[in-house]
Amino acid sequence: MSADTKQNTITIDGQEIPFLAGQTIMDAALAAGVYIPHLCHRQGLTPHGSCKLCVVDIASKSVTACTMPAMAGQQISNNTPALNEARKTITQMLFIEGNHICPSCEKCGDCTLQAMAYHLGMLDGHFPQFFQRREVDASHPTVMLDRDRCILCELCVRASREVDGKNVFDIAGRGTNAHLIVNSTSGKLVDSDLETSDMAAHICPVGAILIKKSGYKVPIGQRTFDLHKVSEIGLEKTILTKVRQPDE
Amino acid sequence: MSMSSAVSNFSNMTDLLRSVITRIYAESPYLLHVLYALQRKFLHISDEAVREVAAHLDLPTSQVDAVVEFYAFFHKIPRGRYDILFSNCTSCGYMAGGVDLMAMFGRRLGIAVGKTRGDGLVSMDQTSCIGMCDHGAALLVNGMPITSLDGPMIDSIAALVEAATPLEDWPAEWFYVEGNIRVSGLLLKDDLSEGISLRAMLALGAVGSLSEIIQSGLRGRGGAGFSTGMKWQLCRDAQGAAHYVVCNADEGEPGTFKDRVLLHSYADSLFEGMTVCAFAIGAKQGYLYLRAEYRYLLSHLQSVLTRRRELGLLGVGILGQPGFSFDIDIVVGAGAYICGEESALIESLEGKRGIPRVRPPFPVTHGYLGQPTVVNNVETFIAAAHIVLRGSAWFRAVGTGKSVGSKILSISGDCAAPGIYEYPFGVTIRQVLDDCGAKDVLAVQIGGPSGTLINRAEFDRRLDFDDLSTGGSLMIFNQARDLLAVIVNFAHFFAHESCGFCTPCRVGTTLLKNGLDKIAGGHGTQYDLDEMQRIAALVKYRSHCGLGQTAANPILDGLQRFPQAFEQRLVHSDEPHFDLDAALEEARQVSHRDDTAAHIK
Amino acid sequence: MSKIRIATTSLAGCFGCHMSFLDMDERLVALLEHVEFNRSPLTDIKHCGPCDIGLIEGAVCNAENVHVLREFRDNCKILIAVGACAINGGVPAMRNHFNLRECLEEAYVNGVGVENPQIPNDVELPLLLDKVHPIHDVVRVDYYLPGCPPSADEFLKILGDLLAGKAPSLPYNLLHYD
Ligand SMILES: Cc1cc2nc3c(=O)[nH]c(=O)nc-3n(C[C@H](O)[C@H](O)[C@H](O)COP(=O)(O)O)c2cc1C
Ligand code: SF4
Ligand code: SF4
Ligand code: SF4
Ligand code: SF4
Ligand code: FES
Repeated sequence: MSADTKQNTITIDGQEIPFLAGQTIMDAALAAGVYIPHLCHRQGLTPHGSCKLCVVDIASKSVTACTMPAMAGQQISNNTPALNEARKTITQMLFIEGNHICPSCEKCGDCTLQAMAYHLGMLDGHFPQFFQRREVDASHPTVMLDRDRCILCELCVRASREVDGKNVFDIAGRGTNAHLIVNSTSGKLVDSDLETSDMAAHICPVGAILIKKSGYKVPIGQRTFDLHKVSEIGLEKTILTKVRQPDE
Repeated sequence: MSMSSAVSNFSNMTDLLRSVITRIYAESPYLLHVLYALQRKFLHISDEAVREVAAHLDLPTSQVDAVVEFYAFFHKIPRGRYDILFSNCTSCGYMAGGVDLMAMFGRRLGIAVGKTRGDGLVSMDQTSCIGMCDHGAALLVNGMPITSLDGPMIDSIAALVEAATPLEDWPAEWFYVEGNIRVSGLLLKDDLSEGISLRAMLALGAVGSLSEIIQSGLRGRGGAGFSTGMKWQLCRDAQGAAHYVVCNADEGEPGTFKDRVLLHSYADSLFEGMTVCAFAIGAKQGYLYLRAEYRYLLSHLQSVLTRRRELGLLGVGILGQPGFSFDIDIVVGAGAYICGEESALIESLEGKRGIPRVRPPFPVTHGYLGQPTVVNNVETFIAAAHIVLRGSAWFRAVGTGKSVGSKILSISGDCAAPGIYEYPFGVTIRQVLDDCGAKDVLAVQIGGPSGTLINRAEFDRRLDFDDLSTGGSLMIFNQARDLLAVIVNFAHFFAHESCGFCTPCRVGTTLLKNGLDKIAGGHGTQYDLDEMQRIAALVKYRSHCGLGQTAANPILDGLQRFPQAFEQRLVHSDEPHFDLDAALEEARQVSHRDDTAAHIK
Repeated sequence: MSKIRIATTSLAGCFGCHMSFLDMDERLVALLEHVEFNRSPLTDIKHCGPCDIGLIEGAVCNAENVHVLREFRDNCKILIAVGACAINGGVPAMRNHFNLRECLEEAYVNGVGVENPQIPNDVELPLLLDKVHPIHDVVRVDYYLPGCPPSADEFLKILGDLLAGKAPSLPYNLLHYD
């Protein structure tokens, strides 16, 4: 790489941001404290590029920030009304594809999908619900799998392979029939080698993989996204902003 | 059943599974082939079969399971001994003649779409275009195509199935698929005789052959039109333990069948072209990825490969060149349009679901098994074989501007002479329509559903990479057609074929399908139409791969060029998103009511 | 200036959203200077007359819900979906996991402690839809007020915006789905 620092910057919404060789646009942005919305991305895991929340525009071409290598001189639009509108529509698609009944979900308040929806000002799912019937797997002694809320981000798939050194999850089926499967002879979690301490058991951004017997330990109102915006958690900084109204 | 017999049955089944798996895997070590053999033999792939395959091939159970569930031709629930798949393409589909042949067949045999009959004799379903578009309505029976269907044939087929007549005893002429070559140009004049291009190649040397391809200006014939010479050069230059040549014979775009004819009648030219590529990039192994719908061509292709090995045109030391070894394996897909996308194809070759990879990196540097790989269309390789033989100038003499050479078209739909037409690039649509005897044309779909829908005013446009680019399909629709029905058909195709990886396409193609169904059913409003436009734009712009990026084209083109096809179906009141009265049917049945209050208008 | 006319109803809901509306307490008094109520559990008017704003709590689960919802849509200039049930089916939509027959048999035939097992079939009873739907699956909806229930502050904000002639919007700290 050239020593000329000018060559090693990208521009996001007019702000110049340095990057290192091998970094994606997402890596560079987050390191510089610039939030690009993301659901299927987690630093340290292989970028996946499936949720498309992180879409940005480079010269009116749509680019997936979490997988696109940063290249000197890229002029990137990120936090624009049009992009946030597209992201809101994509978030609505995720909501209506699954069965997200937040009032009855243990993840409520800790859920990144929900927090993303708040971030984007989403008031409703907008599209007709798919009402898919998806299987719940409660077989495991400590971990619960409720596919109703799975958004197919494959964070658990990657965490299991790349961090836990196992291979507990995969996706089967295609199109809207795509669904999470468990790598065990019975297809049930109890027969897999998943353990409570695995990263795969904790990484789910929604309420699809939950640890049993810990439900509601943190009361509603004091949960992650009750206290922080997704744009702060996404940068892994913690600043208190969201204050609940007394009557919430 | 007593305990002991249950156990012995179980172990018999396990033994049987193991023996089949061991035998097939020894013959052809590809997951897709092992699963195909199990599907044929046991008519489904049971959970136990999945576990046995995983154990034998040393793969995770979940990977085998995921593959079984991904491909349309694998089933976890048993199919019939006669498994009938009707194409649902607008050109070779069960509605192509205007009568619903699938429904007719279903009535004859008492069977519903997607179901296996109770006695296990027969199952029936629809499948995406099977590439028989020049022959009218067509089906696959246990993988073998039967074309030019009509009512009387449906009756005969139903009778043969009912009588459990073995396929070998069905009229042999039914299974003969005519090539229908109507106009021949540069490439279709003759199949290259064995080794003729290879000798020219050896005379030129690897660098000389490559530079001939570069100078010819050849661009990919699969649709995207990337420079073939540059692709080969990039691959040659890429570092890797091995280099690979892959021929994309997945030909899944509805209305496209030129590769079918090329594979059938020009296989030597194709294999010459692949060998030239191997020589140029330094590959020792090549793959032909054949779509499952063309499995009937497999034995022919294999016999050509065998002959070429015998002639020293494949294998170790080709044409006596000690340093040049190359061989080709054929891998057959299992029903997934997305596997035509080059990186999904590579995933499929590797025994995985056909999910398009993140790009960059591209296959030329990180392809099959992570190694530098050239993926080209059948026609591209054939063109390359000719170029090495006849020289780049010969090739450049034909065509126009940046589109040199010829294009082989698959023409189907409303015309007198559907079939294969080879034209110099730059030919006008009007000329093509005249040549194939198309009358009263309303619209032409260029390049299949993922391409461009044009109207009468555009018939002077040209077929080339700068104007109307096409992988080779031209579907003609005359004035009698219901264009909205065509667009609905395409929307169903994409929703069915979306791989499900990225959100905009996975959810969006289904929303588009449902929205169009609502409009076509006479329940759509202007609001629904505006929604279609908005969703279509998002799917096109934000999807991960070419499938999603083109899936909304028929809708967007249709709205722009044929708005009346949509608007005339609209209603001007609020319409629910579902059929309210139908939603009460279950309650009516359970409570045995049918009074007026038990219905909603 | 004449008062803004508001109607409210609960379809398949728990009245929690209505209770939350009443949580406005003394602020309700101020609101009533600008608005009056047509059909609503607060007034006992049985049919919705011409109104400016209709507030719908609850999901659509049976034929009667459809009729009431359509009456509201026909009579209200602005229709607002209030609460999780109205917006995406909410808790009532959890029955969508099962066939209607399974639900009814569980409740009236096989359930614990059922006497005289029989699925009700009186013509006075509205028939259930096979699935529970959000209200925008049946009629056009103008605005959405999420929450289970939405807080009194949310009601005040959205009504305040509408009274002021603005497009309603919820600030980040009022937006929640639970
Ligand atoms: C959804 C999809 C399906 C495709 N199907 C085919 C196909 O059936 N045959 C083909 O040659 N190329 C197909 N392509 C294009 C390939 O990705 C690739 O560009 C092509 O094989 C390269 O060969 P070429 O340069 O010789 O055209 C498809 C692309 C997409 C996005
Ligand atoms: S997973 Fe998140 S969005 Fe889904 S129901 Fe639970 S809290 Fe709501
Ligand atoms: S279970 Fe959770 S982490 Fe795994 S794919 Fe689904 S949403 Fe993602
Ligand atoms: S665009 Fe469609 S086919 Fe392509 S990756 Fe996304 S879901 Fe799969
Ligand atoms: S949204 Fe919540 S509070 Fe309102 S009716 Fe539904 S369950 Fe009750
Ligand atoms: S975060 Fe980039 S696609 Fe999901």
